[in-house]
Amino acid sequence: MTHVLDPDAPAAANPPRREPPAPYRDVTRSDAAFRAFLHGLPGVDQVGAESRVAVLGTRSIKTTAKAWAIDTAISMVDLTTLEGADTPGKVRSLAAKARRPDPGDPTTPPVAAVCVYGDLAGIAKEALAGTGISVAAVATAFPSGRASRAVKLADVRDAVANGADEIDMVIDRGAFLAGRYLDVYDEIVAVKDACGDAHLKVILETGELVTLDNVRRASWLAMLAGGDFIKTSTGKISPAATLPVCLVMLEAVRDFRAATGRQVGVKPAGGIRTTKDAIKHLVLVNEVAGPDWLSPDWFRFGASSLLNDLLLQRQKLRTGHYSGPDHVSVD
Amino acid sequence: MTSTQPRPTAPAVFEYAPAPESRSIVDVAPSYGLFVDGEFVDGSGTPFTTVNPATEEVLSEVATATDADVDRAVRAARRAFTRVWGPMRPADRGKYLFRIARLLQERAREFAVLESLDNGKPIRESRDVDVPLAAAHFFYHAGWADKLDWAGLGPHPLPLGVAGQVIPWNFPLLMLAWKVAPALATGNTVVLKPAETTPLTALLFAEVCRQADLPPGVVNIVTGAGDTGRAVVEHEDVDKVAFTGSTEVGRSIARAVAGTRKRLTLELGGKAANIVFDDAPIDQAVEGIVQGIFFNQGHVCCAGSRLLVQENVHDEVIASLQRRIGTLRLGDPLDKNTDIGAINSAEQLARIRELSEVGEAEGANRWQPACELPERGYWFPPTVFTDVSPAHRIARDEVFGPVLSVLTFRTPDEAVAKANNTTYGLSAGIWTEKGSRILAIADRLRAGVVWANTFNKFDPTSPFGGYKQSGYGREGGRHGLAAYLEGAQ
Repeated sequence: MTHVLDPDAPAAANPPRREPPAPYRDVTRSDAAFRAFLHGLPGVDQVGAESRVAVLGTRSIKTTAKAWAIDTAISMVDLTTLEGADTPGKVRSLAAKARRPDPGDPTTPPVAAVCVYGDLAGIAKEALAGTGISVAAVATAFPSGRASRAVKLADVRDAVANGADEIDMVIDRGAFLAGRYLDVYDEIVAVKDACGDAHLKVILETGELVTLDNVRRASWLAMLAGGDFIKTSTGKISPAATLPVCLVMLEAVRDFRAATGRQVGVKPAGGIRTTKDAIKHLVLVNEVAGPDWLSPDWFRFGASSLLNDLLLQRQKLRTGHYSGPDHVSVD
Repeated sequence: MTSTQPRPTAPAVFEYAPAPESRSIVDVAPSYGLFVDGEFVDGSGTPFTTVNPATEEVLSEVATATDADVDRAVRAARRAFTRVWGPMRPADRGKYLFRIARLLQERAREFAVLESLDNGKPIRESRDVDVPLAAAHFFYHAGWADKLDWAGLGPHPLPLGVAGQVIPWNFPLLMLAWKVAPALATGNTVVLKPAETTPLTALLFAEVCRQADLPPGVVNIVTGAGDTGRAVVEHEDVDKVAFTGSTEVGRSIARAVAGTRKRLTLELGGKAANIVFDDAPIDQAVEGIVQGIFFNQGHVCCAGSRLLVQENVHDEVIASLQRRIGTLRLGDPLDKNTDIGAINSAEQLARIRELSEVGEAEGANRWQPACELPERGYWFPPTVFTDVSPAHRIARDEVFGPVLSVLTFRTPDEAVAKANNTTYGLSAGIWTEKGSRILAIADRLRAGVVWANTFNKFDPTSPFGGYKQSGYGREGGRHGLAAYLEGAQ
């Protein structure tokens, strides 16, 4: 296949384009139509979005509500390691942590998934066999996405073959920023096909899209193309997940379900390190998208260090005092 | 998504546990006197009680100032003006104002809790809006005190003398700051009457004046009802009257002051249009509509009580708005998660009810979210009227409560015509992503404040005031100083 930077290549190489769900079936009929649709979505006022999250950030979550939020947040964690230095040993130790996050307290819920590079998905799968914890693998030339489509699809197939239950793909930000929205759409559709039964999370890399208008357009694009989740970031670009970005994405999944009947999940990833941050996100989910999204099926945290802070806060609620970093496991 | 991981065992709903701000920081005395000449003194009238509108619990008994008491206060203010405050070096006046501003910050939590107790507004608003803004007004005006010669209001503008100030119950401390800070910065002394339903933060402010060692008589606070206010306004030795409140009372004050030497500024009612164009950022516009009409239970003179929405996005906007209103949390004003507090008084609640019933009787459609109201106290759920015609009373009369009237327009000209079709002119809002439209429409709106893609944002540097029956004079900013300076208006 020709390199994706050749704008005519994908259209020539692909079968007829798959239509988005009703009532948006015709929006992908041409580049112009798709562009008009995405640019016709209501704009986002940055100042207004920031002040909305600032107000929601003042919600005071205490006692029973805090306990519920901490356990819910733990169950939503995609425990992640995405380093060049990752080894089978590292992945196995992460899997053990995922199963029993707090060895001293068996009532602690397990996390939602372990997220690794595709070549290590098999190790993770083996280590998590029978636990119900999913294996998520990043693919499509993560994190830059700069490879030909054939390579990206092969990357996906490989990860699925290794046992990944969930694929975290990156969109082609270059194509998006150049306005070649249909290319981005077609690629997501192709990746979704390559996923088979695996669930597809579409990483928008909002730190590179920069504006909230772009975040809303990219969210809609990914949902129309069949993404099961929309995810903020790779964690390799700063800023990663921010509350205003998450707000706009939550508004998008809410509006998309109202229009099409299809519910899409949201995963902020990168930069969420404290319980306080996690609870702010849960408040946002609760009051923007609604309680229907308050489950690991529909909301995830892509994080590594967050889990230990959640565990420390959980211990604090149980015992009444703060312990310290030696009371949670290093992974 | 149908993954198989175990769910948390807790209930599937995120119920926020009660998070009440502690009352213990506030020490409410069983009774309060007047603050005259730097001392707390008894009033000669029959004392009245002030209640917590969220529970109807009596908070305290407060003195009523009679004509004689007001006379004593004005004399004290005159004495302080002539002997101390007028002759004082402007930089020293500034020092006192800085000191008051810092004390307001230091005691912010105390003021916020007391304001919420006495007024019924949510602690989130008193904590994050009222008290910080009140302190900001003192800081801002403290800076002006020694720079008045360069304010563009004449080479050496002089103070007027004694200012008689009457303020409303919707932002008790903040309105006090809007009145007292510019008056003191420009070298005037004041006699201030707080509203009879919300006198407590003004009396706590009196304590702050003592703590700041403000010379006796510079600030005097006389409590009471309408008669006390009248005595302040009509006192012969008052040089300047400043009033914020209803248009009806404003009119009678204008009459009383007519033909005297007194200067007058009035900040009265409003029926602001919040105009949403079809290219608006809808989610933020919905926030702005909510902020415009439900902030402070709609007890805001510049509230965006008339929503003018372009007809081609009406259904979408109203659906979003109703969904959003469904997430508002109404209840205990001291709970940090409360969005909508109590109506300030039984009297105000009766007026809101009456106008809402008129709205229904005239054929508008009333919508309220499923909303449990506390059993005791004065409460009214957030309310939206659709199918409102410009002829309906709810489109013309100020409700001063959480009641929104929705009207539609088709073209920008029609939006402007409808927005201006009111006897008021205090504020307006414009929602559009098109910058040129914001400027063009704002130019044609006859309102003192026009917000673009936001609503109910205040800042001491920005002058605030009305057109038409919303009053005259400006408060805040450089313009606000003119109202307290000789020859500068």
